[in-house]
Amino acid sequence: MKVFARLINALDSTNKTGLKLEAIERFLTDAVDSDKLWLLALFTGKRPKRNINTALMKQWAIELVNIPEWLFQESYASVGDLGETIALVLPPPTTYTERTLTEWMNLIIGLKEKTEEEKKDFVLQAWDSLPTTERFIFNKLLGGSFRLGISSQSLINALAKHYSLEANTITHSIMGDWKMEDVSFDKLIEGEYTDTQLSKPYPFCLAYALEKELEDLGDIKTWQAEYKWDGIRGQLIKRDGEVFIWSRGEELVTEQFPEVKTTLLQWPGNFVLDGELLVYKQKQVLNFSELQKRLNRKTLSKKMLDDLPVALFVYDLLEYEGEDWRNKTLQERREKVEALVLTNVSENIKLSQVIEVNDWDALKAIRENARLVNSEGLMLKHKGSPYHTGRKKGDWWKWKIDPLTIDAVLIYAQKGSGRRSAYYTDYTFAVKQGDQLVTIAKAYSGLTDKEIQEVSRFVNKNAIEKFGPVRTVKPELVFEIAFEGIGFSSRHKAGVALRFPRIVRWRKDKTVADIDEIEEIKKLIR
Amino acid sequence: MCFTFGIAFAIVFTNMIKFTPQGIFCVQGGFYIDPWKPVDMAVITHGHADHARWGMKKYLCHTDTVPILKSRISEDIDVTGIGYNETMTINGVKLSLHPAGHIIGSAQVRLEYKGKVTVISGDYKTQDDGLTTPFELVKCNEFVSESTFGLPIYNWLPVAEQNKQMQDWVLQNQANGKNSVFIGYSLGKAQRIMKAMEGVGPLLVHYSIGKLNQAYETVGVRLPEYDIVDLREDVKHLDKAIIIMPPALVDSTAIRKIPNMANAICSGWMQVRGARRWRSADAGFAISDHADWRGLNEVIKATGAEKVYITHGQTAVFTQYLNENGIAAEEVKTEFGAEEEVIENTTPAAE
Ligand SMILES: [Zn+2]
Ligand SMILES: [Zn+2]
Repeated sequence: MKVFARLINALDSTNKTGLKLEAIERFLTDAVDSDKLWLLALFTGKRPKRNINTALMKQWAIELVNIPEWLFQESYASVGDLGETIALVLPPPTTYTERTLTEWMNLIIGLKEKTEEEKKDFVLQAWDSLPTTERFIFNKLLGGSFRLGISSQSLINALAKHYSLEANTITHSIMGDWKMEDVSFDKLIEGEYTDTQLSKPYPFCLAYALEKELEDLGDIKTWQAEYKWDGIRGQLIKRDGEVFIWSRGEELVTEQFPEVKTTLLQWPGNFVLDGELLVYKQKQVLNFSELQKRLNRKTLSKKMLDDLPVALFVYDLLEYEGEDWRNKTLQERREKVEALVLTNVSENIKLSQVIEVNDWDALKAIRENARLVNSEGLMLKHKGSPYHTGRKKGDWWKWKIDPLTIDAVLIYAQKGSGRRSAYYTDYTFAVKQGDQLVTIAKAYSGLTDKEIQEVSRFVNKNAIEKFGPVRTVKPELVFEIAFEGIGFSSRHKAGVALRFPRIVRWRKDKTVADIDEIEEIKKLIR
Repeated sequence: MCFTFGIAFAIVFTNMIKFTPQGIFCVQGGFYIDPWKPVDMAVITHGHADHARWGMKKYLCHTDTVPILKSRISEDIDVTGIGYNETMTINGVKLSLHPAGHIIGSAQVRLEYKGKVTVISGDYKTQDDGLTTPFELVKCNEFVSESTFGLPIYNWLPVAEQNKQMQDWVLQNQANGKNSVFIGYSLGKAQRIMKAMEGVGPLLVHYSIGKLNQAYETVGVRLPEYDIVDLREDVKHLDKAIIIMPPALVDSTAIRKIPNMANAICSGWMQVRGARRWRSADAGFAISDHADWRGLNEVIKATGAEKVYITHGQTAVFTQYLNENGIAAEEVKTEFGAEEEVIENTTPAAE
């Protein structure tokens, strides 16, 4: 596992993309084929189920080192990761066993059939034969919670560079249902098991935030107004009887939306659509937080599909029967896409409705009420516009509703990185819950450098506790926090999750007595 | 019962040393050890800034610390140097210095009065770094200890392995055509890095490190060959070089001028992944001149001390742990480690 450990260590330490790519490059050169497959597997969610309870691992470690539990907890608090804490407190290994990542993974998978006693023996032996970094990785693999310090996009870029292929091609090649034992790494990457041309997406056309008066846009009749939906923007490709759904992050997410895939498979013809994937139930678009519940899951239960059905709201048509339509006008594309959707009437594929009004004032009123339909505002697209590549000013504008805001108090602060590493720039805020405080949001600073310095001085003086780099701060400084949306969330202590929270301003005129109450905030949820 | 015992010892022994607002005071001897306010007579354990401060009328320290004090404080200070295990008597208190293994010239101060022995260890480490006189265990009744790394997650690799890791990193950088920049405290850490890099490639150091290197050389410690790098000058020509810089410069534009470089922080704090990531260097090596968790525990046990004072670091946690393990320990508030703390927060750990 040495080679893999070196990769993980490098990815963990540096922030520089170039160095991360170098580390991956080195791994691709040095690692055995099956280990490279495992790297991809860990990235594409093909990790094995957890076969060992992490609480037990902690117990065994405490027994082995013979320290009191409170001291282990102290250590955990300053490390912040259980697998790493265990790796660090254990005595140095007495032997060394070199096994490839694959060999370790096979042993870990094999644990399923073992008794508790056998599992314990295996873990203790592994601990005694691995140096710290490898031990840490082993613990993470065992706990089923392994994360690599790199985005999947960076990994794909590194693969693309190493194999002189296009990133999109690789993304597609490594997705899908390949089995470790059936494929060879090189052939997988080179797309031996897929036809990459079929899935090839176009770059998305993106809009800028509206920066002029509506009236300056000219005649309203030359503009197409639609709601701006807050879901997953997707490009849906149907070619040769196959369906591919790409997210804007260039991720292939087809399997996350089986109902949409099934419907598209039934539509005749070949086409590429741009649209928004949204939870749509009883003719209503639900909050993004509902959609979030079913994202990035390994399996989607029947119940989840029933409770949170997804529909596609179609914006645009990019390709039709093999012909690239992006240079046609929006008007032409719209007519075609309307015809397409209307001839294939489906429960879960709808047109994104065009808002028909005769003057700008009427549009303003509709935007004001956009939140009522769980939309974030409006989109204005010039009817003569092509489907641009990327972001281009002038033809498409997003015109969002003003954000929601609350007043919250600073309770945790953490140092920034790079240039700002001397200052506290990452903040956690709380609101009132009865006479207690409850965490509501994390936000990176939206403050000026001078304000950051002032906050940092306050933190230095008023830190109550430290957990590694995090400082608990006396609740005193009040900030106005803006956010784009809010939904219920069981994963957050406050029971709600804010979408895109950011600091608007430091409310020096307010004290902790003036901050908002969680029950009031919940009323903002629709 | 334990409780009454603790009190009894406190009464018997606290009269040898006293923790005062000026610093640790030897009552019978009438002098201070590593004081943080100007006093008449200061015994200095070692040359780090939080232990050796300006403004004392007289300084007493190990002979190897003398040039460091002169270089750091002033050429004009009144300073006396003595060797390890040399005994002198001050107002009836027998005083001697013993190797602390922390940095060059670092000493534990042994005080004996009417058969009772107190040792003030300053900063120490049990690992032999190959440059510093190795730590010597001194039996005592009272032991004053730091606890910078007093958590069981902090255990250092053997020096040979640490050196190998750093060498491998540099070789990899050289293979990728990169300059390697190490960030390490200029007194102690920098010289260890130099030693580890001997023969790996040409060494360049910041002038502040060069200044302290001279202090090493005047007392006869041989260091690998090096050149001073002046970051105010053009450094574009640097190619696959090994450069050592003090922590104060970690995020400076001066360092960023070095072309095509990877940087590494050498500090005990780098033991933890979160700290490595948070510091955002390209690599982190957990190398420290402080005792690790095992070192602290071994030493404290082996001194046989009935009472231990914990002066800086993880004082609360470590004190509780010692007390639960039958060693009467007390947390005392000092101004040591203030520098370490600041540096942990703003630049990488200095020690
Ligand atoms: Zn020191
Ligand atoms: Zn110190």
